[in-house]
Amino acid sequence: MRIHFKTTYNDDIRLFPDRWTFMVYAALLVLAFALPYLIGEFYLGEVTNVLIWAIAGLGLMLLTGQTGQASLGHAAFLAIGCYANTILIEQGVPFIVAFPLAGIITGLVGVLIAIPVLRLHGIYLAIATIALSVLADDIIVLTEPWSGGVSGKFPEMITIFGLEIERWSMPSRFYYLVLVVTIICTLFYRNLLRSPLGRAFAAVRDSEVSATAMGVHIARTKGKAFGLSCMITGWAGALMGYYAGTFNNETFSLVISITLLMMIVIGGLGTIHGAFFGAVVVAFLPQGLSILKDGVFGSGVAIPGLETGVFGVILILFILFEPMGIYGRWLKIRIWFELFPFARKDMFRRQKSYLKTERLR
Amino acid sequence: MEICQKARKPGVTGQGTVLKERGEDNLEVLQLFVSGLANGCVYGLIALGFVLIYKATEAVNFAQGDFMMVGAFVSLGLTNAGYMDLPFWIAAPLTITIMAVFGYLIDLFVLRHLFGQSQTAVVILTIAMGFVLRFVAGLIWGHEPQTLESPLALGDLHIGGVVLGMADVAIIVVTFLMTWFLYQFFQRTKLGLAMQAASQNQMAAYFMGIPVKRVQGLIWGLSGATAAVAGILFASKGAIDPNAGLLGIKAFAAAVIGGFGSLPGALAGGLIVGVIEPFAARYLAAGYSQIAPYALLLAVLVFRPHGLFSQVRVKKV
Repeated sequence: MRIHFKTTYNDDIRLFPDRWTFMVYAALLVLAFALPYLIGEFYLGEVTNVLIWAIAGLGLMLLTGQTGQASLGHAAFLAIGCYANTILIEQGVPFIVAFPLAGIITGLVGVLIAIPVLRLHGIYLAIATIALSVLADDIIVLTEPWSGGVSGKFPEMITIFGLEIERWSMPSRFYYLVLVVTIICTLFYRNLLRSPLGRAFAAVRDSEVSATAMGVHIARTKGKAFGLSCMITGWAGALMGYYAGTFNNETFSLVISITLLMMIVIGGLGTIHGAFFGAVVVAFLPQGLSILKDGVFGSGVAIPGLETGVFGVILILFILFEPMGIYGRWLKIRIWFELFPFARKDMFRRQKSYLKTERLR
Repeated sequence: MEICQKARKPGVTGQGTVLKERGEDNLEVLQLFVSGLANGCVYGLIALGFVLIYKATEAVNFAQGDFMMVGAFVSLGLTNAGYMDLPFWIAAPLTITIMAVFGYLIDLFVLRHLFGQSQTAVVILTIAMGFVLRFVAGLIWGHEPQTLESPLALGDLHIGGVVLGMADVAIIVVTFLMTWFLYQFFQRTKLGLAMQAASQNQMAAYFMGIPVKRVQGLIWGLSGATAAVAGILFASKGAIDPNAGLLGIKAFAAAVIGGFGSLPGALAGGLIVGVIEPFAARYLAAGYSQIAPYALLLAVLVFRPHGLFSQVRVKKV
């Protein structure tokens, strides 16, 4: 077992706690860049899908895992990012400007929405964001002159300084684009956690009352969390538009919002790894299920709702038996081996909180 | 009477019926109002289920709409000639009992494990449960819309030119009775008070000798029974399919508008949403009418964040 003996505050917030961790992530990065030479185009496309979901997951993780505000409406922000990017490019803005701008626009919209919505707590917030997600569909139809309405839109080919990128004809270039965005988002997220703002997020999540007592402005912090979360989600939305190749009012539905939330729960709330693990589950589950179904019932048998049903069961099992998600389970296994044979059963016991209402009667 | 015949049966989705005839504006408004009232009562009944659980456990059952759908299918499976073919008046109480037991078991086997965890965990769990229920109902009863062969579905009531289906009348009467009954239950009975105490301060309730976990199970059973009533009435009124539970989203609007935690508020919220829908469909442009209930929901959340019948104050240390 590696022991981190911290002597300064900088030790506490270093990006990598020790050289070994740094080497592991460096190796992972090399592997990620070498991937197009290692696997076929189909699987490269799937990995790209995983990465896009992971970016979206990071966006929601910042809000739900880090700040503790459950949002069931993030598909709306995926849509805003996607449409903003496509419309900007149609107006002649180059991709290299339009893409970051799409995220920033989404973030600003997020802040505007956050101002009234974030005064709400837990359940009310979840319901308000559900309403947002439902409204997004109708609003896209109503703003047809810009959004293309029901008939949808097709994102144009990406051009960065003359380099053309397209999802179908050159999957490896698109993969690299997504990979670079993923790395930037992950580093951004990781660095945010080291900053005072990131700590304020965690304080708001753990107890609003004590955060206020420590001098954290709750509403402002939540607003920032919402804005940053929406920004990352907006980028994921723009990439999702390119990945899908075509999108309309029904692409970013309430189901996507819920899938996103479930994804980060399965992966492990409040961790960067969780977003990636969850993305792997979400991206590969449909394929895995259809292969399994064909094996059991033979191909051609359609079972409607099978995916969401199985997804629901997996999620229930996770919440009941492993609330810390896949990453939490991995941590437990790792620590068990690191401490062998001294690991104790109650090391991860969570403190239970007893409920008190805020209602008067 | 001609007009009235056309105005029958507001759609299941609550779009309302558009009367083509002009001239009898007042009558038309009244008809829209009455049909909205009946739809609103269904939302109100589902919202009652939310409020019950919220009142006693401070959690929200996002699968309440799907509970209603399961209740509707159970009653359909007991009553319809294609399935069990029981008389309706035996099947209905049986459905309510089955759903009450179902709710209790869900709490016993699933939710009790979440005891002491955050509200968000319950939210996500119940959403997942909704997915599973929809899937299972689809497997058992199929995805074709079906109607309950209910004695309530026959005949119309004519009151001064306004036509009301018997099912609508039944829905309105039963909803008001249920609300009154549940309200009295919470205010007057020992168990109701215990439920309120358990939600206000679990630890203190324990000290006072309230079996908090069992109380929580009972409230889930009660909300299951409410869902069954809503399901039976809903299935008498129109066709149901496994996705009928998505109606729950509109019931959310109802519960929020009324303020979670207030039973009469839930009914009032349901009626408001129900009445607004047909009027929006009649007087607003096509794209805008579906937005109306959600826009209202957001407006209420922005201006009165805890609903019209608010019970919340800022937490103080």
